Amino acid sequence: MAKIKLDDIRKVYAGGVEAVKGVSIDIEDGEFIVLVGPSGCGKSTLLRMVAGLEAITSGTAQIGARTVNDVEPADRDIAMVFQNYALYPHMSVYNNMAYGLKNRGTAKAEIESRVREAARILEIEDYLDRKPRALSGGQRQRVAMGRAIVRDPAAFLFDEPLSNLDAKLRVQMRIEIKKLQKSLGTTSIYVTHDQLEAMTLADRLVVLNGGQVEQIGAPIDVYEKPASTFVASFIGSPAMNLLALQKQGQSWQLQEGEGLEIELDVAAEEITLGVRPEDLHIIPQGQTSHGVLTAHLIVSAVEPVGAESYVHGTLGNGGPEVILRAPGKAQFAIGSKLDVTATPDKLHLFDGNTGKRMEITPMRVVA
Amino acid sequence: MKRVQFSHPLLPYMLLLPQLAIVAVFFLWPAGEAIRASFYLEDPFGFGSTFVGLENFSDILTNAEYMRTAWFTLFYTVIVAFFSLSIALLLAVKADAVIHGSATYRTLLMWVYAIAPPVAGLVGIMLFDLHVGPMRDFLAHFGWDMKVGVNYWDTAFVMAIIAVWKQIPVNFIFFLSGLQGVPKSIQEAAAIDCRSGTRRFWSVTFPLLAPTGFFLLIINITYALFDTFGIIDIVLKGEPGNNPITLVYKVYVDGFRGNDLGGSSAQSVILMVLVFALTIVQFRMIERRVHYS
Amino acid sequence: MKSIKLLDHVILILGALFMLVPVGFAFFTSTHDAISVYQNGLQFTPGGHFVDTYTAVLTEAGGFTKEVTGLTMAWNSLVLGLGFAIGKIIISMLAAYAIVYFRLPLGTFIFWIIFSTLLLPLEVRILPSYEIVQGLGMMNSYSGLIIPLIASATGTFYFRQFFKSVPDELVEAARIDGAGPIKFFIDILVPLSKTMVAAIFIIMFVYGWNQYLWPTLITTDEGYFTLVRGMKQILQVWIGAQIPDTNQAMALAILAMLPPVIIVVIFQSWFVKGLVESEK
Repeated sequence: MAKIKLDDIRKVYAGGVEAVKGVSIDIEDGEFIVLVGPSGCGKSTLLRMVAGLEAITSGTAQIGARTVNDVEPADRDIAMVFQNYALYPHMSVYNNMAYGLKNRGTAKAEIESRVREAARILEIEDYLDRKPRALSGGQRQRVAMGRAIVRDPAAFLFDEPLSNLDAKLRVQMRIEIKKLQKSLGTTSIYVTHDQLEAMTLADRLVVLNGGQVEQIGAPIDVYEKPASTFVASFIGSPAMNLLALQKQGQSWQLQEGEGLEIELDVAAEEITLGVRPEDLHIIPQGQTSHGVLTAHLIVSAVEPVGAESYVHGTLGNGGPEVILRAPGKAQFAIGSKLDVTATPDKLHLFDGNTGKRMEITPMRVVA
Repeated sequence: MKRVQFSHPLLPYMLLLPQLAIVAVFFLWPAGEAIRASFYLEDPFGFGSTFVGLENFSDILTNAEYMRTAWFTLFYTVIVAFFSLSIALLLAVKADAVIHGSATYRTLLMWVYAIAPPVAGLVGIMLFDLHVGPMRDFLAHFGWDMKVGVNYWDTAFVMAIIAVWKQIPVNFIFFLSGLQGVPKSIQEAAAIDCRSGTRRFWSVTFPLLAPTGFFLLIINITYALFDTFGIIDIVLKGEPGNNPITLVYKVYVDGFRGNDLGGSSAQSVILMVLVFALTIVQFRMIERRVHYS
Repeated sequence: MKSIKLLDHVILILGALFMLVPVGFAFFTSTHDAISVYQNGLQFTPGGHFVDTYTAVLTEAGGFTKEVTGLTMAWNSLVLGLGFAIGKIIISMLAAYAIVYFRLPLGTFIFWIIFSTLLLPLEVRILPSYEIVQGLGMMNSYSGLIIPLIASATGTFYFRQFFKSVPDELVEAARIDGAGPIKFFIDILVPLSKTMVAAIFIIMFVYGWNQYLWPTLITTDEGYFTLVRGMKQILQVWIGAQIPDTNQAMALAILAMLPPVIIVVIFQSWFVKGLVESEK
């Protein structure tokens, strides 16, 4: 159990490519941190630098009270779960789990009891004598987990451990990992590109983009107050609708000029307005708007997903495309016109140039 | 090579030492020696040698016998490569097509790989022997009075047929695994698009086999140039006389029988250039193969 | 459709016969006695002299060479085949491990030195190789037979390809598990390479057993003759004989092909895999 402190970590490869551009994160003891971002954002590189598999170009990494920049991976007191599990194919499940302990000179009886205990927790006791190739994907995943927990390390590092599993198993393992981590209380860093996995697992999310931290925070905070248009579009599915606004004197309008108008007093040149699909509501025929924002949506496609439907359309004729989530089976003809609305507290504003969030409540929104 | 590598000041060099030592003593040294000797004229009685520049090379290239050997080598290489490749391709396509007994056919068609060229040569010349050879008797029925070791082209024929026999298995193995590597989905797509099996083979399967084919072509050229030495030596019973020989055999004869060190070395260097060129082509093929997959 | 399938089988059977018949002649001839072969030519029916011929070839010193028995030659072939295969596998595995898994300042340079050996087969540098081995006093010795043949880096190339295909994560997991370079090699990489080693072993054993030119030059003492090397000696005795022992010559040919053929047939799936994979 330990805190992990990353201070201004950078990674520059031999070719001059800067994969990680100064990342600082303080991780509390026992905390579950998820690094999330699109591929190439530097999340895996960052994790591998914590593991000691990549050299840190500059900055410091501390595990517990110790600076580990120059410490061998084996001496960092961490355990890692790899995407392809990296089980030793010629060793039995038991030996896969025991190998790291044997190399550390742990007593035989101690190894035995730890492996048995880990196998019991993970429910793989029946497979201890099997070779990895005789196991299913989910079982291999458990063995990889077992290899990590027998070591009782200061931290678990997970590198996209669930991405080789099918969707159903992924959900199941996700829950198990979370439970296990809570019961063991081991500090964990988990890398994924799957925002749903990130949301459900994390105590705190670290959203990375282009080698830099976009936002750190509890999943719900990140969801409700995304710090940038990048975070807004990356977290949440379907993604947040982002609409570019143009300045018209004191007020702002949609570029295509249809419907929407907001009065704001900001110095920015351009503004992006964000609204999540579930925050856009359809006003039933004959009723008037109860929200502040209203606009016309021309339906271009409807995707029923069971409990709800995703309605795709444009705001006005040829305007920007948006998605909204309508409860139940929405039945709208293609090309039909809907009135949609959203309340001001559900609107997000971002600086159009920097993409950063602006904390201004819209003064007045007119249709 | 690997994302994560070990770094250790001494260990990797210790691991490399045996290989490097053997390469230095038994490869670099003789290869360098061959190149050096090709520019010198060795005194036949062993009293030193004189630098003669490119004279050994010009002597060789203007030598009618050498050129005759060179032309024969080219002819022999083309014949051996063509027949062993085409027969192997035919057999591989058929072995891939049949459902029953394909494993048995595979075994029956590949086991000859394990027979050494000179052993194949011995069995071959016995079959075509003037006194005891059944093949000779068989061909005599058609009026071909074969005199291996006496008649130039009869000898060439036997040398070629043994070489083809010995090389079919290698080509067969590669073609068959190439055919089995053609994804089933592509074959099914082709079956939907094209009714004629023959047409399907030439328009879909054959182009997909092309990388294997190019690669095998190089292998077969190298084989015909070098690995047939044992066959030729046995067929000629060590006495070339007026019979056809290949360039490699001539290096051996001139160097060990004729004691012409400079001339033999210059011939070696010419062959080195040839192999070098072939290998470069082969490496480029391998690179291409990587892109295919 | 039916007739096409039949044609396929006919072509395959013809191909199989083309491969089998010459060796069939060799084998059946070896079961007859010399005189009947001399009178009736090569045979394609079993004769009654199988035991006689093979006993003579294996145990009678001087059958052909006047100094060495078939058994001695078979032993020499075995030493050459095994020594070459084992030596090559050990040396090339170590070298490939160093090239793939270590950060080497001179790595590229060393790589090219080793791989330049793939460019020039022994045949084109035969005379200077012979002189150097002679100068080192390695004539008529097993080491002189085996070691110069190992100089070609084919094995290193195969293992390098294979090691590169081993997932990177294994070495990473091993490092986190506290394994150093030697431990990783012995605990993980060598057991992982078992099939590859088996495949290369078969290919290299056959290659070593079947060597001809090099043994022809290096062994003048008949006590070091291999079976394949002995082929030429058979011929030379055979040419001069009144009634040539064609049956014994064929018996020796059969003995020379038997071990490699058996190995290739029994382990054919490994062998084919090794041959095809390693050439990629």
